[in-house]
Amino acid sequence: MTDTSKNENGCPVHDWATDYDVMDEGYTRNPAPIWAELRQKCPVAHTTRWGGSWMPTRYADIQEMANMVPTLSSRAISVIPPDPVLREELIAELKAYGTESPPITSDPPEHSPYKRLILPFFSPRAVAGYAAMTEEICRGLLDELKDRDTADAAVEYAQQIPPRVIAYILGIDMGRAAEFTQWTQELLELGQTDPELRRAARTKIRTFFFDQIEHRKQNPGHDVISLLLDAEVEGRRLSDHTVAGICNLLLVAGIDTTWSSIGSALYHFATHPEDRKRLVAEPDLLPVAVEEVLRYYSPVTMARKVTAEVCMHGAEMKPGDKLLMTFPAANRDPEVFERPDEFVIDRQQNRHIAFGTGIHRCAGSNLARMELLVGLRLWFERFPDFSLAGEEGVTWAGGQVRGPRNVPVRLSA
Amino acid sequence: MRIRVNPNLCQGHNRCFSLAPELFEVDEFGLATALNDGRVPAGMEEKAQLCIDNCPEFAISEIED
Ligand code: HEM
Ligand code: SF4
Repeated sequence: MTDTSKNENGCPVHDWATDYDVMDEGYTRNPAPIWAELRQKCPVAHTTRWGGSWMPTRYADIQEMANMVPTLSSRAISVIPPDPVLREELIAELKAYGTESPPITSDPPEHSPYKRLILPFFSPRAVAGYAAMTEEICRGLLDELKDRDTADAAVEYAQQIPPRVIAYILGIDMGRAAEFTQWTQELLELGQTDPELRRAARTKIRTFFFDQIEHRKQNPGHDVISLLLDAEVEGRRLSDHTVAGICNLLLVAGIDTTWSSIGSALYHFATHPEDRKRLVAEPDLLPVAVEEVLRYYSPVTMARKVTAEVCMHGAEMKPGDKLLMTFPAANRDPEVFERPDEFVIDRQQNRHIAFGTGIHRCAGSNLARMELLVGLRLWFERFPDFSLAGEEGVTWAGGQVRGPRNVPVRLSA
Repeated sequence: MRIRVNPNLCQGHNRCFSLAPELFEVDEFGLATALNDGRVPAGMEEKAQLCIDNCPEFAISEIED
């Protein structure tokens, strides 16, 4: 057996306050006890692992930090920093084009015009228009499981929904959903610890979108890519590089994240029959339950780059340091949530920040909520009695996006 | 009861709108405003309070009528 408490150099974690490891297997599986200890003992922890970073665990601190822009800059948002080769590439691109993947990689004043460019595609009204298409996708996936006794709810259902939905919105080939998922996973998940893979994935995505852009220039349509090619920021058209960067962001931002949330929900209800039965009996509770899924199983941790000295709870952060925006830890803070480490299916007061807070609030939050609501409602209608087919088959991914990657279930009682 | 959305704090999470579309309007960027000048119809007070308690930006507050 491998010792999961060891770091990438094989050293075990003795003290989470000064030496935490975001890729530790035990932490990925169950980070809450570690956050609880840190919140008490060392609210802004530090590590030298994975390029070094600071990690806050209190809700109020994370709220405050998210609003310290641009002192805490979004120019570096990866939990694990790019390797030296990719770093050079990114710096060269930044010099040449001024932006990478706005709005997520930008600070004010650049941030707002780019964000306003994409928000209308994800407003409550726009998203309502994608619901019927999402239902069709989910029904198709459920039909495939019709005559089966068991399935992998993460791989065969949760993972399949978001790439198809975003492909539809971007006007790209839904039939290539498996590839889009693979690229995203290579970029955000597997590539975090494998620089070659991360760079290759980035190139694949960019090349794909440059091709799409060329095609749209010849045959303009009403899809998001065509509209971006036509759009202006401060009186100027966007460069192809920027359009590809925004498309890259829109493709990957909604895949791993939403898949993780749908998967976490299915994992939860497969392992908590009392919650599952309650939802079957009271389907109107679903929107409230979905917010609790987002709080309890928050998937996304982002990073910031410190650009001026900041001191908080004795942590002296220096320019160049990296800071984790541990939204998932904020969502377990007992100062804000009663019984924070309990999943309360009908929790009414739930000011969670799974979608971030401040100016970088998730642009796709309405879309993600809709996918969760539709995906879960249809799953429950089809398989109200499903249950886990064995905890040993469940695997979790962590780092930037946490969620179950395999959830083997029995489809009926 | 009367409520107000602080436009400087609202980031468009739309928790308010999804909880109580009767009380809020949102624009295409997601930014919310309280309907009816913030006056909460009788019987909706509890829902309004829920919106206040769920806004991740602490942008909704009760104001003097
Ligand atoms: C459950 C699913 C999702 C979760 C938990 C989630 C979470 C987040 C978080 C925490 C941020 C803040 C980043 C920061 O502070 O640096 C963010 C930003 C963003 N998300 Fe999501 N997201 C989800 C789904 C989606 C979807 C479906 C899309 C649609 C394409 C999307 C698009 C974006 C974009 C464009 C940003 C950048 C916004 C900005 O920088 O202003 N996300 N997301
Ligand atoms: S919940 Fe708060 S931040 Fe979100 S739209 Fe409503 S007022 Fe704005």
